[in-house]
Amino acid sequence: MTLDLVVGKTEEIAPGIRELTLVRPDGRLPPYPAGAHVVVECGHGRRNAYSLTGCGVEPDAYRIAVLHIPDGDGGSAYVHGLRVGDRVRVSRPRSAFPPVATARRHLLVAGGIGITPMLAHVRAALRWDRPVELLYVHRPGVAPYAEELAGLLGDRLVESTDPDEFGRLLQAALREQPIGTHLYVCGPGPLMDRVLTDAAAAGWPPERLHLERFVPAALDPGREFVARLARSDRDVHVPSGTSLLDALHAAGVAVPSMCRQGVCGECRVPVLAGRPLHRDEFLAADERSDAVMCCVSRSETDALEIDL
Amino acid sequence: MTRRLARFPFPFRADTYRYSTNVEPARVPVETEAGSWGTGILDVDDEYGPELAERAAVLDRDPARLQVLSHMRPACWDALHTVLGELAAQHPDRMSLERTGPDLVWRNALLGIEQRFTDGDDASLPGGPLGFLGSQVQDDIVLLDQREGSLWADAGIVTFAADWSMRFDVGMRFLEVHGPVPRVHEEGIISRAERFLMRLQPGQEYRRTNWTMSVDRRLDQSTEIYPEWGPDRRAIADADGDELARRLHLRVEVQHLVRLGHSGAVMFLIRTYLASLAELATVPAWRERFGRVLAELPEDMADYKGLDRFRGAAARWLLAN
Ligand code: FES
Repeated sequence: MTLDLVVGKTEEIAPGIRELTLVRPDGRLPPYPAGAHVVVECGHGRRNAYSLTGCGVEPDAYRIAVLHIPDGDGGSAYVHGLRVGDRVRVSRPRSAFPPVATARRHLLVAGGIGITPMLAHVRAALRWDRPVELLYVHRPGVAPYAEELAGLLGDRLVESTDPDEFGRLLQAALREQPIGTHLYVCGPGPLMDRVLTDAAAAGWPPERLHLERFVPAALDPGREFVARLARSDRDVHVPSGTSLLDALHAAGVAVPSMCRQGVCGECRVPVLAGRPLHRDEFLAADERSDAVMCCVSRSETDALEIDL
Repeated sequence: MTRRLARFPFPFRADTYRYSTNVEPARVPVETEAGSWGTGILDVDDEYGPELAERAAVLDRDPARLQVLSHMRPACWDALHTVLGELAAQHPDRMSLERTGPDLVWRNALLGIEQRFTDGDDASLPGGPLGFLGSQVQDDIVLLDQREGSLWADAGIVTFAADWSMRFDVGMRFLEVHGPVPRVHEEGIISRAERFLMRLQPGQEYRRTNWTMSVDRRLDQSTEIYPEWGPDRRAIADADGDELARRLHLRVEVQHLVRLGHSGAVMFLIRTYLASLAELATVPAWRERFGRVLAELPEDMADYKGLDRFRGAAARWLLAN
């Protein structure tokens, strides 16, 4: 499921960082929880995940901020090249880093461009009167949203541009929190590692630590393979990006289906030879050698022989 | 054919019934032998006024049917916006939700009301956001919070429960709520369902049906008032054919499972439909299929659903031509 959006505004908000405002001319934008991201199609099959910075209630636009990565795969350069009026295809928002509703307090730690999901967290926290504070480490002069955050948070924002100072601030923040505080961190790998190590050392249980990790937007399209239909002695080609279920349908082979998510068990197909690549939630471990849920699962081997 | 039967979500797709994680995408119409159902998430039908009056009466007697743990405020507001918006979209001629900044006006010509309220201000709505929402839709509503790798039933307004109770279940894990169902745990159905729900992304909508039987058109069969409806289940076994067919009902729940956008809560909308055996029998295919399902249903499942005393009599009546 994708949304066809249009660039309403593009602005360099810090050196090398561009904010894109995406609007939907033909309808309303779906709401989302703080910390959600969208996957942006960046041309040539590239798909990058970017955090949404708004609070997510009845959004009038989706805003993302993108750091230009010169030696990346070109996805960020593509986004930086977009102009007002250009069309962009993005996924619906996906939530993998939401605030915990029962938390007594929210301690946010952001490094550099990792500030983007935190901006959304701050907005949601203020909207619902949740106690919140933010520790923001960035390079001197490259501080996206720092001013806006200072306006929103006042002295609940602590900024640092020096790694040693940040280390001390982090230690203090980790030790001062009341029981029931949840910690959220997003930033470069070494920063996240450091926060997690220090938090563990300060006795934080893992259930109260949350880190932003971009998950694949959906099941990946997978490799192509051939489904060999034993009973009708036919080969059905299953291209990358097409499910086995859809390929069978297109070939005129009716398989019942319901959820198309690999949970209901409706689309089960017996396997005679080959090794399935299971991506469902339905089959038990001991069923996995001789059946496949064709709505989501594929084949590890070039051919999969099924009893149809 | 009555209008009620034309929209009745007859739940059986085969002559036998077993539990399964029978979820499917919402908003897909289902053709039945008598008509169709399932086009929208909400179904405002001829019972709208009477059922809402009944809910109000139940809440009056027992306000504890509405339960909201304090961290669920955002979820309650999210549910309110989502569902009122959906109602207005489905019935633009009779309902509307207008916003000017934080001020909202909800108009519902079917109930003849105009309600002004302020976004996020619980006190501006009678019953708070969830209580008010319960006065506008026939569905029972349960809101699940997701955290610590589980779903928690932390808010709900439930007046038409089939032998369970929101007051007992509030604050429990999804897995605990489904504790005593036979077979369901062994077959891994509940944990599979929970994993499925936890993976729902903002705005995704699914539905499932569930069924049981009850005596008379009584929507409120909550556990806390068992003494009011339990004895009828015993007495009906001795009724003669006509009375049995008139009083015994197939009770179907259409449950919609919606991942709310902003709060991230999972919303269960549970809508209950009732049709007596006599009504069902006017559709020959249903009469036969339901008869077979009842006759074949394994003992433990019939027990759990509380059908053990009368399902034999019901099956015989349905299958006798
Ligand atoms: S359609 Fe439900 S598991 Fe495939």
